[in-house]
Amino acid sequence: MAKKKTEPTRRDFMTIAAGSFAAVGGAAALWPFIDQMNPDASALSLATIEVDLSPIPVGQSITVSWRGKPIFIRHRTPEEIEAAKAVKIDELPDPEARNDNISATAEATDLNRVSTGKGDTAKHENWMILIGICTHLGCIPKGQRIGDAKGEFDGWFCPCHGSHYDTAGRIRKGPAPRNLEVPVYEFISENKIKIG
Amino acid sequence: MAHVSTYKPNSAIEKWMDDRLPVMRMMHDQFNDFPTPRNLNYLWTFGGILTFCLAVQMATGIVLAMHYVPQETMAFDSVEHIMRDVNFGWLLRYIHFNGASLFFLAVYIHIARGMYYGSYKAPREVLWIIGVLIFLAMMATAFMGYSLVWGQMSFWAVTVITNLFSSLDSIIPGLGTTVVEWIWGGFSVGGPTLTRLFSLHYLLPFVIAGLVILHIWALHVPGSNNPTGIDIKSKSDAISFNPYYTVKDGFAMSMFVILFAAFVFYAPNFMGHPDNYIEADPLVTPPHIVPEWYFLPYYAILRAIPSKLLGVVAMFGSIGLLLFLPWLDTSKVRSARYRPIFKWFLLLFFVNAVALGYLGAKPPEGAFLIWGRICTAYYFVFLLVIMPVVGWIEKPAAMPGSITDDVLGKKPVPAK
Repeated sequence: MAKKKTEPTRRDFMTIAAGSFAAVGGAAALWPFIDQMNPDASALSLATIEVDLSPIPVGQSITVSWRGKPIFIRHRTPEEIEAAKAVKIDELPDPEARNDNISATAEATDLNRVSTGKGDTAKHENWMILIGICTHLGCIPKGQRIGDAKGEFDGWFCPCHGSHYDTAGRIRKGPAPRNLEVPVYEFISENKIKIG
Repeated sequence: MAHVSTYKPNSAIEKWMDDRLPVMRMMHDQFNDFPTPRNLNYLWTFGGILTFCLAVQMATGIVLAMHYVPQETMAFDSVEHIMRDVNFGWLLRYIHFNGASLFFLAVYIHIARGMYYGSYKAPREVLWIIGVLIFLAMMATAFMGYSLVWGQMSFWAVTVITNLFSSLDSIIPGLGTTVVEWIWGGFSVGGPTLTRLFSLHYLLPFVIAGLVILHIWALHVPGSNNPTGIDIKSKSDAISFNPYYTVKDGFAMSMFVILFAAFVFYAPNFMGHPDNYIEADPLVTPPHIVPEWYFLPYYAILRAIPSKLLGVVAMFGSIGLLLFLPWLDTSKVRSARYRPIFKWFLLLFFVNAVALGYLGAKPPEGAFLIWGRICTAYYFVFLLVIMPVVGWIEKPAAMPGSITDDVLGKKPVPAK
């Protein structure tokens, strides 16, 4: 039975209006079920920690925990700093500094990697502060303990899938796409930093 | 569904029930007097074995959940509590733990059977697709279950796998990180992650059970495929499911249970990793992370590709492509038995899959990495190139006229 084409009726309008109302309401009701999975207030409140750097001798490292993540703190030797400075930016797989203290587009020079964004960078360039999570798939790279494999560039080496980081925590070889991230931190005294 | 009902109610009660909810009629027609090809070999017993595996996992899982504590500081200890203190806890956990491995062993054989005999081809495409969805749900369930032990391997497996989603950062910066933190419920894998994995680990088996019902439904519309790939043409091609295949399935299942019991009682940790008996430590990654054996081929594909995003895409794509198998294969002939060229490529595909599994357990360097790339390439070339092309150029071998002819050894009919 061929139906004649007719003008939309009031019933058509009501059907579409009711359907749209139900769809929007359904989508809105879904949001609490999705958002409940996001980090909750107690996770967000674990904001800052303070770390005393004075017990760390030159050439050694410590790992502290911040927001459930390992933070690598390495007291770099002058040779390590020189090695990191000698690298040209165009040799780096990831040319960006990945330092949360400075501009997002800064180049991954050694100074930009250790910068707290406060202008006293050169004074503290012996301290390398990093989030110790491989940017590939989240393993903790080796290189913090004496005797650990440090990789081909003497920084850190991720054993999971073979990423090599240099002494400024920059990715040099392997599947990781980005340099190790530098967290927000500042020097609150000569030998003390606040992370977060 | 596919045949005329032969159910006859024997009593007034059965008659009364049949007029209201004909569940007895359904059971009779689908699992008693269901016409089934007379020539099914033992590879066709894995459907029943898999149903058994699902039932065992659900039964043991429900009771294990009565003793397990899905909480960051107590999860690992509660598993040890199950092993040491709970009556028969060691047995229930070892059944559940080894049951997962045997479930996958059976499902891989079941999938390979389907591929060899062309069980994915018309009119069984929907049956096949539901099967792939069950496989995906199984993988998700197994992964989540493994995480609940909260040992070192559990913890780092969760870290590595959830971090796969951070590769979305290379499409839209920040998207991947947002998704990963949403999955974690924090800034790293922790207590909130564990609780949600437990919740979903409990849920998914029921989803699988629902999919299994659809899978069997979709199977019972066209009926079972068989080693010749030829449809049932006459009454002599088929026998009734019960007692013939209930007995055959039952015998195969008994053999399978013997293997199962051998693992549970004599080598319960053979398929596990000793590092998972160390409690999760978020600050130390074990030197060599490997997934459970049944994920190794996909892990090898992930690591074969140097780009993070493409590695993830390839890994999920390797399973996703299976959904399109009915259309990637262009041949009209179902069974590889009558496909002289395809058969060898397919057998090589199976060998290749095992090789990928071997490589997935090795460190990704040197020759292992090169072979990983070769095997990954073959996996995709087989599905995307060899399958369609061989279907076009191959001349099928002579096929028997019917299932009965094949069983009685009659001369095959040359292909037209």
